[in-house]
Amino acid sequence: MSIEVSNIRKAFGSFVALDGMSLKIETGELVALLGPSGSGKTTLLRIIAGLEIPDSGAVHLGGMEATERSTQERGVGFVFQHYALFRHMTVFENVAFGLRVRPRRSRPSGDQIRARVNELLKLMQLEWAGPRYPSQLSGGQRQRVALARALAVEPRVLLLDEPFGALDAKVREELRQWLRRLHEELHLTGVFVTHDQEEALEVATRVAVLNNGRIEQVGTPEELYHRPATPFVSGFLGNVNLFHGRIQDGRVYIRGMPISVHNGEARKGADGDRAMVYVRPHLLDIQLVPNGKGSFPATVLHINAAGPRVKVELTTQWGDAVRVEIDHDRMLELKLKPDARVYLSPRENRVFTYQI
Amino acid sequence: MPQDEAVFGRPPVSYGDARARMRHATSEAAWARILIAGTALLFLGVFLIIPLVAVFTEALRQGVRVYIAAITNAEARSAIRLTLLTASIAVPLNVVFGLAASWAITRFEFRGKNLLTTLIDLPFAVSPVISGMIFVLLFGAQGLLGDWLAAHDLRIIFAVPGIVMATIFVTFPFVARELIPVMEAAGTEEEQAALTLGASGWQAFFRITLPNVKWGLLYGVVICNARAMGEFGAVSVVSGHIRGLTNTMPLYVEILYNDYDFAASFAVASLLTSLALVTMVAKRIVGGSIRYEALLEGTGDEMEHKAV
Repeated sequence: MSIEVSNIRKAFGSFVALDGMSLKIETGELVALLGPSGSGKTTLLRIIAGLEIPDSGAVHLGGMEATERSTQERGVGFVFQHYALFRHMTVFENVAFGLRVRPRRSRPSGDQIRARVNELLKLMQLEWAGPRYPSQLSGGQRQRVALARALAVEPRVLLLDEPFGALDAKVREELRQWLRRLHEELHLTGVFVTHDQEEALEVATRVAVLNNGRIEQVGTPEELYHRPATPFVSGFLGNVNLFHGRIQDGRVYIRGMPISVHNGEARKGADGDRAMVYVRPHLLDIQLVPNGKGSFPATVLHINAAGPRVKVELTTQWGDAVRVEIDHDRMLELKLKPDARVYLSPRENRVFTYQI
Repeated sequence: MPQDEAVFGRPPVSYGDARARMRHATSEAAWARILIAGTALLFLGVFLIIPLVAVFTEALRQGVRVYIAAITNAEARSAIRLTLLTASIAVPLNVVFGLAASWAITRFEFRGKNLLTTLIDLPFAVSPVISGMIFVLLFGAQGLLGDWLAAHDLRIIFAVPGIVMATIFVTFPFVARELIPVMEAAGTEEEQAALTLGASGWQAFFRITLPNVKWGLLYGVVICNARAMGEFGAVSVVSGHIRGLTNTMPLYVEILYNDYDFAASFAVASLLTSLALVTMVAKRIVGGSIRYEALLEGTGDEMEHKAV
């Protein structure tokens, strides 16, 4: 089922959570709402579920106007951040709840309910947990129960609020892969909220980056990572180095040194405009001599070679901290040591200009 | 694995020693401990244990036969019946009111919420005698509605309805007061989860909200009932003390006492005292269950936090 929100506005007192947000999600997508806390991502999810009513704007589910429809009528599955399992019911009864509360004529028989619940618990690898109570389960197990419970009513849309937020790293990793597989198997439309960019880029088919109640950019993980559209997206996705420069004659200068620009933004800026130059650590080159095409001097502070790539921390002449990642091979060529004087040149960058 | 056994099976010998040392390090000197515990025990004995024993010894002073006669004669039975009737009307009504009020206060933001919360406490703040007076002023022969009631041949004051109303007024904070914090703690997420699963508002209330607050509710009912049966001041004002008709057990105890019929007086008092003892035990059991559930939840939260 497709989801479309248009021009949603929602304020809590004087705090504007959503400021005219529009987003269209096609059937079968798995979309991440990514943003820092307070960006409005959870509010948007709750509005889609009907747990929150927007001040203005419209929600369409499957092409039908749903703004005024109650949560019960929307047919959405919702997984809460802290799972919200019914603490006084066993795992089995938790999963069966959505079937048991159906009006009598559409309610499945006891046997059908039992079969359906057992099938879901099996899917979640929780067959053994039926008679347990939620308080007897670990965080990851509770999360899977919450998913099974939401899936029991066969929702057309699955909404997940920070689904991996309260889990430790290893369990989180497992559940991520597992959610992606589940999405592929069940062909559900899914939306999940996260503040973890790695999670969003890894699991989602499309990512919407939210900031201050607005959408900064929507795109596939590749698009967002390689072609961030705004300074916020550049800074929020992955590690990045920020350099401040100025525009002069359609070129960007960092502290008087011209650098080549890769996204054409510099031409839009007028002389004297400020420029923000974002360079990812693996797109900076370290050289022992200036290359003459826009490199700037820096001093090596710290080298960490424990990992697939070598992480080098440097400081520029003017005191900015810079992080660079290079191959182990390159490291052997350069023979870097702390306090070494080197030159940095960006192989690729994103430039954003703004007037003062 | 012998080492594992030492950890999980029975504690190694040094464990007990360590615990003893720890206790020593954090406790007071012996004389201070004896002084503090002694004061508490003395206080408990003088003000609680001795009166409690006295009630039962006085009640049985003239023998079991007198005791049984005192609590089974017509007047006593009538007082017991009226007390049970009053409680069986007041307690269910206060349960409904308490659920509605605590639900409204913990689930919604509305104008006058603070006023409502304050008003619930009003019967705690007002002397029970004054509570009774309010009803006399409203429904008495010279009261605001007195003429209208007389014209329709309705008796409230000096009759059973007045006693029931006064009891409801005096006891209505108990259930709501117990429920508000419990409902607050239970939160709204489980109810919302029920709604997303297709439950109606009523289904969410009866299947999720109510089971989550059941121990708090039971606790409220227990103390509300104890007060409804034991209330003296307010009921005394509106009852008129008509023997065999408008006497509740506490009022009957006073009448017998004033008639110098001590054995009968203490016999009926012993019934009320037994009720109090049963209430304390029930409170203890229910209170224990609340703590046990909190503990279960607590370990769950701990697991979650550790996972972060």
